[in-house]
Amino acid sequence: MSNPRTVPQDDYLGEFHVYAPHKAGLPPLRTYFHELWRRREFAVEMSRAQVRASNANTVFGIFWNILNPVLLASVYFLLVVVLSRGAARESWYFSYIVAGLFSFYFVARSMSGGASSVTSAGRIIMNTAFPRLLLPLSAVSISFRRFLPTLLVYAAIAFATGTGIPPTAVLAIPMLLLIVMFATGMAMLLATVQVYFRDTKSFLPYVTRIWLYTSPVLYPITFYDRLPEALQVVARLNPLYSLVGGWSDLLVRGELIPASMWISAALWSVGVLVVGALVFISRERDFAVRL
Amino acid sequence: MVSVQDVSITYRTTFERRPTMKDALLRFGRGQRAVREVHAVRDVSFDVAQGTVLGIVGSNGAGKSTLVRAVAGILPPTAGRIEVRGKVSTLLALGVGFNGNMSGQENVMLGGLAAGYTREEILARYDEIADFADLGDFIEMPMRTYSSGMYSRLAFAVAVHMDPDILLVDEALSAGDAKFKERAAAKMKELVGQSRTMFLVSHALSSIQELCNDSIWLNKGELMMRGAPTDVVKEYTKFVKVERNALTLEDV
Repeated sequence: MSNPRTVPQDDYLGEFHVYAPHKAGLPPLRTYFHELWRRREFAVEMSRAQVRASNANTVFGIFWNILNPVLLASVYFLLVVVLSRGAARESWYFSYIVAGLFSFYFVARSMSGGASSVTSAGRIIMNTAFPRLLLPLSAVSISFRRFLPTLLVYAAIAFATGTGIPPTAVLAIPMLLLIVMFATGMAMLLATVQVYFRDTKSFLPYVTRIWLYTSPVLYPITFYDRLPEALQVVARLNPLYSLVGGWSDLLVRGELIPASMWISAALWSVGVLVVGALVFISRERDFAVRL
Repeated sequence: MVSVQDVSITYRTTFERRPTMKDALLRFGRGQRAVREVHAVRDVSFDVAQGTVLGIVGSNGAGKSTLVRAVAGILPPTAGRIEVRGKVSTLLALGVGFNGNMSGQENVMLGGLAAGYTREEILARYDEIADFADLGDFIEMPMRTYSSGMYSRLAFAVAVHMDPDILLVDEALSAGDAKFKERAAAKMKELVGQSRTMFLVSHALSSIQELCNDSIWLNKGELMMRGAPTDVVKEYTKFVKVERNALTLEDV
C-alpha cells in the first residue's frame, strides 16, 4: 500500500483499523471507552423504543406505572404488619418500605434486564462491531428511567403519611449514585454469565427474592442489632445492607449513617462496577460465537 | 484498502443447544466437556486494493462468513493481522435487526447508532433507506410482522445507504422478489461504478462472475485460489464435482 501508515485511532468506525489478536483478553481500553461514549445516544434511543413498545407513554401506561409500585409496597406493608401481629409501628414505617422497595427493584430490574441484554440482542452482535458494554448499560438506563418517576410517588406518600422529607435526604443523592454503580456492575456480570449459562435468568427471581428478605428493605437496619453477634457480621457484609439500608435511613428516617457504612457502600459499588466491566470486556469477543 | 496477513481464526464454542448451568454441572460430574475448537480460517493472506469487488466462493462451512466478520471487526483473529482502511458497512447473512418488537424505523436507528453513526447522519439517510426498501406502512410496524423478503430488503437498503468505503455482503442478493432483485443488482452496479471496495460472499456463482473483478476460493478455512472470477468459479465447480463423485463412489 502506498498510503503512509497512520496510527489506528478507532477500533470500530474510523478510517484505519487494525485487528490483531488480543493477548490479555482486553482491547485497548482508551479507544474502547471513547467509542462507548460516542454511542451513548444508543442507550437513550433504546430506552425510548422500549418505553414505546411497552405502551408506557399512554395514559393508562403512566397510571399503571404509578399504581404498580404503590400496590407492591402495600402488599409488603400488609405482610409485615400481619406477620408482626400489628405491633406498634412508627408512622414512617410505610414510607420506609416504599423507599427501600423502589431502590431495591431498581437494582433487581437492572440485574434481570442486564442478564438478558446480550443474549436477546442476537443479530446485532453477529453483524455489527461495537463495544458490547453498550447493551447492559442500556438495560440499566431503562430501569433507571422506570425508577425516577417512583421518586415522585415516594414524595407524595411521604407527605401524605406525615413522614416528610428530612434534610439528610440530600445525602441520599450520593448514595443513589453508589446504588446505580452497583446495579451497573451487577448488570454487566450477569450479562456475561447469561451468555455461558442460559439458565441464569431462571435462577434470578429466586435469588432476588431471597436477597430482598435478607436486606434491610422490609425492616429497618436497627433490626440487625437484635441478631446474634456472628450473624450480624455476615448480614452486614451484604452490599445492600449499606446501599439500600443507607439510602432509606437518609431519605426516610432522617438519620445520618456512620462512616463505616459509607465506606462499605463505596467499596462494594466501585468493586462490583470495576470487576463487572473487566469481566464483561474481556469476554465480549467471545459472544459472537456463543450466541 | 484491506490487508489480511496470515490470519487464522480458531474459536471455542459449545455444541449444546442451550448451554445451561445445570448441564454444565452434570457434565462436570461425568468429567465431560461440551466445548469444541473450530478452526474456521487457517493462515489466509491476501490484499485488496481500492475499488476491488472481491467475490468469495466456497462450500458451506468453508469459513467465508467468519472471514468477512473478522474484516468487519466482529470476530478478532486468533493469529495474524487484518488492516482495514475506511468505513465498513456490513450486510451479513442475518440482516439488520435488533428486536422483533420494535419497528423497522427504530431498528434502523438503533443499528446505526450501535455502528457509530450519529442520529443526524441516520436521519439524513432515513428517507432514502425507507424509499429503497419500499416497505410502505410496514416500516412503522414491529419487525416480527415482516416477511423474510421484507426483512432482507430493509437490511440491504440500510447497508448500501450508509456510504461505506468498504461494503461486506454475505448472501444477500438472493433476497426479495424479482422487482427488488433487479433494483438491488442495479444499486450494486452503481456502487461498483463508484469504485467502492466490496466483498461479496455468494453461492450464486453467476452473480459473482457478473459483479466481481477479483475473487478467492476458500475450502475448509484454507485459501485455495485467488484470481479472476471466471477462473476461480471454473476451478471451484470442477472441485465440487470431483468431490461429489468421490462421495457417490463411497456411497456405493
